[in-house]
Amino acid sequence: MMIEGLHFEPLLGLLQGANWLDTATYWLVFVVIVVLIVASIIGQTLKRQPESVVSPALLRTFNQRVRAWWMMFAILAAGLLLGYTCTIVLFGFVSFWALREFITMTPTRRGDHRTLFWVFFVFTPLQYLLVGVGNSFVKLESASAIWWADTLNLEGIDLYGLYSIMIPVYASLYIPARIALSGDARRFLERSAKIQFSLLICVYSLSYAPALAHLDLLTSKQAVSNTSSTTDDAPPSQDTEEETTDAEAQTSTTRRKWKEGGRAGLLFYFILIVQLSDIFQYAWGKLLGQRVIAPQINASRTWEGFVGGVLTTAIVGALLWWVTPFRIWEAACMAFVTAVMGSAGGMTMSAIKRDRGVSDTGTLVQGHAGVLDRIDSICFAAPVFFHLTRYFFSDLA
Amino acid sequence: MSLTASILSVLAKLLAGSSVRWVDCQPDTCQRVYFANHTSHLDALVLWASLPRNIRMLTRAVAAKDYWDKSALRRYIAGSVNALLIDRENIKVHRSPVELMIQAIGDTHSLIVFPEGGRNASDEMGTFKSGLYYLGKKRPDLELVPVYIDNLNRVLPRGEFLPVPLLSCITIGPPMWLEAGESKTEFLKRAREAVKRLKDI
Repeated sequence: MMIEGLHFEPLLGLLQGANWLDTATYWLVFVVIVVLIVASIIGQTLKRQPESVVSPALLRTFNQRVRAWWMMFAILAAGLLLGYTCTIVLFGFVSFWALREFITMTPTRRGDHRTLFWVFFVFTPLQYLLVGVGNSFVKLESASAIWWADTLNLEGIDLYGLYSIMIPVYASLYIPARIALSGDARRFLERSAKIQFSLLICVYSLSYAPALAHLDLLTSKQAVSNTSSTTDDAPPSQDTEEETTDAEAQTSTTRRKWKEGGRAGLLFYFILIVQLSDIFQYAWGKLLGQRVIAPQINASRTWEGFVGGVLTTAIVGALLWWVTPFRIWEAACMAFVTAVMGSAGGMTMSAIKRDRGVSDTGTLVQGHAGVLDRIDSICFAAPVFFHLTRYFFSDLA
Repeated sequence: MSLTASILSVLAKLLAGSSVRWVDCQPDTCQRVYFANHTSHLDALVLWASLPRNIRMLTRAVAAKDYWDKSALRRYIAGSVNALLIDRENIKVHRSPVELMIQAIGDTHSLIVFPEGGRNASDEMGTFKSGLYYLGKKRPDLELVPVYIDNLNRVLPRGEFLPVPLLSCITIGPPMWLEAGESKTEFLKRAREAVKRLKDI
């Protein structure tokens, strides 16, 4: 499988083992496809009927949303099927595109040009490179990771320590310094803040989503035989591994290693929960929405929608616990936090768009929404979801 | 179209992330003069690349010879996109830029021109040079099409050589002609307004 002497592998973050996707993840992907097909059929059927019960504007939004979900699903599924490296690269491109939309929407001055070049072509790729390599120098599974670790004395170094501060510390210090070098002091603080913020939201925060896929997950769930039937469907190749880890778990701690194949599933679960929380908040807001949270920011976000959406997301997140290393109540809590953060992200981006006087971020022209409009909630939820998972459900040793 | 030209136009579109809007104007292979505001070296290439393929093959961008003839690479790029290089410095009496343009387009090609002359450093559009007027006067059959190029100056501003891939927008407006009895100043002012108006549409 691997050519001897080719040592680029860890740098590219090729961590994908044979069991990157497990049966539970395939099930979840299958369920999502079915739901999307049903949604598409409903949308198209209603569109064909001239006298329909729903308003045309609502229907148009619905159909646009369904198209966007298909797109998002296709990208995510392609990344997951092709493996860890491709997932990292795809998220990198999404970040790049979102950053492009963000900076386009934000006025910068001529003096910021070279700083922006650094932001796009140095910090963005570097962040994803660091996330991609992740903890492969701790685990040292591949021959090339061992080679790099030996040569550069990197053994045991988890790049979490670097990628979690690279942008908030080093890039944030570099950006104002580089702008100062350009010799244009007008609105200096404002310009620095704009570029720092866009990098933080579009690149740093989003990169925590694919970073989920290199955590060594732990679970407090009961042994496989006692849990739900779905996790029993694991392919036979994993059974031996499960047994050995079970044996270890019984002797050492109450927590066991979660299956390798569950990592991609956790990423998929996270994205799904954020999207569902957007949908539920919208739906509850339409159904019961009375009290608008902040009319100046976004006229369609209501307290009813927020509370209803967050609670529904927590329930659905709990029902999907079988994909994750979480127990049912843990899954409910994680989904709850994710939904709250997602909502905060939506509100924040609304405020920015309102300030800039645009309704969508996609093009300079008003009309159709861009990537940033679709991922704002993911950006806000990803770091929190990642850190909670890392502290409570992963092997930090 | 050569392979280089195809690659260049794909690259230009990717880099400038341009969305193209045709406002009260349809893509057509009839002879036209697209005139646009000029803020970046990429203007001509991106505008050229955003025309539909069949029109692009019939359209030549007018570019400054002193810039595009300087190095082998620039000459190669200008040659592969079939740009029309005009000498801004030694203008001869019987071979004025307008004469050369009219000669070059014959009765099939269209042109892309930047009537401000050079690239504009400030946000405000400069005054138009008279070439557009003489083009309209000598060839009244040409459709003069205003184009507004937005945000490309942030992708590659004057004096920079590394581009930053922001999103830009190209708005192509309704054709206009030289009115009977319209003076040069009046026409150039009207043409400039036509470009400026597209900014806010």
